[in-house]
Amino acid sequence: MLAKRIIPCLDVKDGRTVKGINFEGLRDVGDPVELGRRYAEEGADELVYLDISASQEGRSTFLDLVGRVAAGVNIPFTVGGGISTLQHASALLDAGADKISVNSAAVANPELISEIAGHYGSQFVVVAVDARLDEDGIWRVTTHGGSRVTDKELFSWAKEACDRGAGEILFTSMNHDGTGNGYPLEVYEKLSGLPVPVIASGGAGNARHIAEVLAPGRADAALAASIFHYGTLSIAQVKKELAERGIPVRNSL
Amino acid sequence: MIAIIDYDAGNICSVTNALNRLGAEWKLTSDPKEIVSASHVILPGVGHAAHVVEALRKRGLADTIRNLRHPVLGICAGMQIMCSSSEEGDVSCLDIFDCRVKRFEPGPGEKVPHMGWDSLNNLESKLFKDIREGEMFYFVHSYYAPLCYDTAATCRFGSGFTMFSAALRYENFYGVQFHPEKSGKAGEKLLNNFLSL
Repeated sequence: MLAKRIIPCLDVKDGRTVKGINFEGLRDVGDPVELGRRYAEEGADELVYLDISASQEGRSTFLDLVGRVAAGVNIPFTVGGGISTLQHASALLDAGADKISVNSAAVANPELISEIAGHYGSQFVVVAVDARLDEDGIWRVTTHGGSRVTDKELFSWAKEACDRGAGEILFTSMNHDGTGNGYPLEVYEKLSGLPVPVIASGGAGNARHIAEVLAPGRADAALAASIFHYGTLSIAQVKKELAERGIPVRNSL
Repeated sequence: MIAIIDYDAGNICSVTNALNRLGAEWKLTSDPKEIVSASHVILPGVGHAAHVVEALRKRGLADTIRNLRHPVLGICAGMQIMCSSSEEGDVSCLDIFDCRVKRFEPGPGEKVPHMGWDSLNNLESKLFKDIREGEMFYFVHSYYAPLCYDTAATCRFGSGFTMFSAALRYENFYGVQFHPEKSGKAGEKLLNNFLSL
């Protein structure tokens, strides 16, 4: 049986990791490669590197970084942040990324998903969906980090993304992100009916939250940033909690 | 020197990066002389089985590979094309391992590709020296080699418990369905075991 995956997410700006505490024995938490290796050693199952650079220079620095991550890290990693063309995705693949994630650009141009999946296969394409629950009870897709609301509805968009060739759906609730109060479990239950794996993101405050969202019939993987970066939780602690509840996890050598 | 067979099949940098991390020397080549004189040969696998087989035949490498007498490791699609045939493109392959590669037929709630970390059992090869039963490796595949005489490790897919060959071995030929180059320390150990053969 497949293990449920734990995925730390590293935000990168101008080639440096932002957020991040002083891990014991880690000289430079700002170095995305060193931090990634550290997480891999701690038992992370995959990594996500998100480019949040605003400038063109930052973007090209990120491409170099992807090459260094591929050379230095021995587990799969996904890269995302501002990918809006097939060419950009190709460059990241050539640099060594195992998967790319698309978000706002795919909402604006859904054909982008079909195009990238058509060239490189579904296993290369993660579609990240940010949505918020409105007062009328509808989950509406947002873009640009939640700042813009669209008229797309979460479940139909997630289904369309899969039909177009998404290999995984990464869902973040804007109502829960950053709260530390847990995930909207009922949404993940509904998303688990999709034909592809679903990654839960945004909302975890403790290991129990992660265990709840990774219970059978919910998400296949959990992505988190702050709780790992700020040392609230270690990956080992999360996996211990999951294992105690009978959820299959990988215990690294 | 390790020869990595070059058949122009896209991205193989995850394999070369992994060998670099182990400090191993490698060369990407489609020259039969270099392949025959290498100490170890790796057949990476990216892409559609029928295309890979066609690319190897076009370079005259199918027989070169079949006649090798030193350790050969096929990875993912590289392993699949070492089987007798594949449903992917309904193609006859190198016919080293005695089985036909099939497509997963997902049951309710099962997802294809089989993607992520999964555990290996019934480990039967020097490739798995010092690797424990149940150790997890990273898989991404939609086709699989059924259990057969050459099975060297097993894995289960989905709740229907389809058992398939996670690894195959025949004489000096080894194949793994998973990606040791992406499988953390366990993968490094396996690659080192292969290089020690």
